[in-house]
Amino acid sequence: MGREMSNSTTNQKQQSAMSYTVEQLVAVNPYNPDILPDLENYVNEQVSSETYSLNANLCLLRLYQFEPERMSTQIVARILIKALMAMPAPDFSLCLFLIPERVQMEEQFKTLIVLSHYLETARFRQFWDEAAKSRHILEVVPGFEQAIQAYAVHVLSLTYQKVPRSILAESINIEGLSLDKFIEHHVANSGWAIEKNQNKGQLIILPSNEFNHPELKKSTADGIPLEHITRILPILG
Amino acid sequence: MAGMTSYDHDLPVPGESPSIVYDPNHVPDSVKSFVVHMYRHIREKNVYEIHQMYENSFQSISDRLFKDSPWPSVDAVAPYVDNDHVFCLLYREMWFRHLYARLSPTPKQRIDSWDNYCSLFQVVLHGVVNMQLPNQWLWDMVDEFVYQFQSFCQYRAKMKNKTEQEIALLRQYDQAWNVYGVLNFLQALVEKSMIIQILEQEKEGLEQFTATDGYDYSGGSNVLKVLGYFSMIGLLRVHCLLGDYHTGLKCLVPIDISQQGVYTSVIGSHITTIYHYGFANLMLRRYVEAIREFNKILVYIFKTKQYHQKSPQYEQILKKNEQMYALLAISLSLCPQVKLVDETVNSQLREKYGEKMLRMQRYDDEAFALYDELFSYACPKFITPAPPSYEEPLVNYNQDAYRLQLKLFLYEVKQQQLLSGVRTYLKVYSTISLGKLATYMEVDEPTLRTILMTYKHKTHSVDSDGKITSNADIDFYIDDDMIHVFESKPAKRNGDYFMRQIVKLEGVMTDIDRIKLEFVRKCTRLKSSSSILFCPCRRASAELNDLSHVHSASTNTSFQSHRSRALVTL
Repeated sequence: MGREMSNSTTNQKQQSAMSYTVEQLVAVNPYNPDILPDLENYVNEQVSSETYSLNANLCLLRLYQFEPERMSTQIVARILIKALMAMPAPDFSLCLFLIPERVQMEEQFKTLIVLSHYLETARFRQFWDEAAKSRHILEVVPGFEQAIQAYAVHVLSLTYQKVPRSILAESINIEGLSLDKFIEHHVANSGWAIEKNQNKGQLIILPSNEFNHPELKKSTADGIPLEHITRILPILG
Repeated sequence: MAGMTSYDHDLPVPGESPSIVYDPNHVPDSVKSFVVHMYRHIREKNVYEIHQMYENSFQSISDRLFKDSPWPSVDAVAPYVDNDHVFCLLYREMWFRHLYARLSPTPKQRIDSWDNYCSLFQVVLHGVVNMQLPNQWLWDMVDEFVYQFQSFCQYRAKMKNKTEQEIALLRQYDQAWNVYGVLNFLQALVEKSMIIQILEQEKEGLEQFTATDGYDYSGGSNVLKVLGYFSMIGLLRVHCLLGDYHTGLKCLVPIDISQQGVYTSVIGSHITTIYHYGFANLMLRRYVEAIREFNKILVYIFKTKQYHQKSPQYEQILKKNEQMYALLAISLSLCPQVKLVDETVNSQLREKYGEKMLRMQRYDDEAFALYDELFSYACPKFITPAPPSYEEPLVNYNQDAYRLQLKLFLYEVKQQQLLSGVRTYLKVYSTISLGKLATYMEVDEPTLRTILMTYKHKTHSVDSDGKITSNADIDFYIDDDMIHVFESKPAKRNGDYFMRQIVKLEGVMTDIDRIKLEFVRKCTRLKSSSSILFCPCRRASAELNDLSHVHSASTNTSFQSHRSRALVTL
């Protein structure tokens, strides 16, 4: 599914100049029907350059809400796919809140909602099966597979200290030699380790974080910003 | 009341009080006096008097004379106020607000009110206004502006029974209450007032805004700045009505809700801010954040509502209070973190929703009906911002926006259905194998793995910076096929609480020192003229400038009563 993207330096410069302008527009003048075409182009740019901007996409969905006759379902589909790729962030739901119900009833959107449901409930096997059937919808957005695989690894890292190879394989939809390469890559770069288990084969040891290693949890939640302390320094002094 | 209005002139609803015939040109003496004094106070910048008249006199005159009719027309009162353009805009603003509150506005009146807001805001945006108005009034302007917008969208979306006349009017005045107009006015007020920069600079001590409650003590006007400030909350509200929670919260970022601020200077603004902030966080699945803020405001309302009993906002305060209890019930059912809730709030919550919450956590059909019920009761009145296509058959679509938000919310609840079952088991075991738990839960192992990962995903929310935080009260990790359970409590934010108490205590001790000092002065004065004084407790023949003789709480008499008695004998 992956496509090779080669950006010449001029292309990159053009694109980053454009994204700068659009982000400015969204920040300064978001409630303006005239920027709709710019925002649509920006969606396509996000797709082709594998970047993402939630603010710009929400801005466009809002404009579609204000003027439904200008809505492009193709663009909306791309926004939703991009939002799926942003998981675990709830961006997909945020977009759905702004899309009228009758639009959500269209076939391609129903498929995307089903895919989102599988991901939200960690049903990775069903997800990859369904995604294979919907290749025609998803392949327009490069980087989709990798993004979902990153999400799967994220959920596994929250849940497991040690995860069996077969579970990993099912979650990221990679098997055999490709899986070996994938694991090797993460061992080299992401702090993974491998443990050989007698009965069950490989165990992948995921990096420690505060979610799968409770002893690592810092109580930073109760920090007080310095500017608040400055107010009581005269009292304490 | 709806559907019985006449469109050609501003008459009250027929059949209400036939004896009162409304004459827009008749100006009773009390109204004459009201506008004359109000006008003078505004010119003289007597903010306190303006506030009294605005809050009290307006209400009492309305109750007495205008229970179900509008106030006299602006043309009739203008002669008494030098036909002052700005005062007339302000008067009309109050006029329409009164109309919306007590009567049903006609379509033309809705449009006229929009025109009035346009004129008023344009005057403010041009920077030519030199008044100081009470924050209550400035908040009410923004609040009412958004409310009338919401009301108009609801009205416009009920196409079914619209007459030809009404449709013609709507088509003719298609700019009135246009969503672009509403959003751009609020945005313009935020920008022109430079309020975001002012708040930034205030943090570095280069500006004074919060310290003066927004008022300008150097001869200028507070109107643009404070309207700009409140417009940020207005934008939060409008975005929630549209279903765009992320952007709504972004609009509120310049206001630090962990501190007091101008938004807390008016109770209506305080409640509206937290209500929408909490609701947006709920829809973004940031349950702990929602629970924290709802808890704080509900405690605050509990302690202070008695002081607002006579105020015209009292009913609204009570309504929002009830709605936030419902939202808190929902949040706690999805994310059981009862320890984040104060005892006063908890007992109220148990009284109102205790039983329902138990049933909601069963996640059966009845539970979903309860989630539906509470959400529908407590949610904002969502709107469809686009005008209807007047060509298509006329249907009512005013419920569409609400139905979509409800549907998506219940969808999320359904996805969390299996989590409470997991939680029950996790509470009981410190370790348990996947195989055993699968047996207990009557699912196969692969399904259990899926459920456990869902639990992890749903209980770890992502904030706007991409940071992951755990919402879970009970948590676990898996080592191959063993589940290890651990408790995970989000820290109670005691830091804030301690800060406030430190400042408060400092205030009390300063007061005590002052009282001591006054007392010493009085004693020293009298001592020179009279004989030995001693403390009425007779426990010491202390000369009363020896204030080390104080009374602890363990004695029956308080220092205060001693002091007052001593002063009497002096």
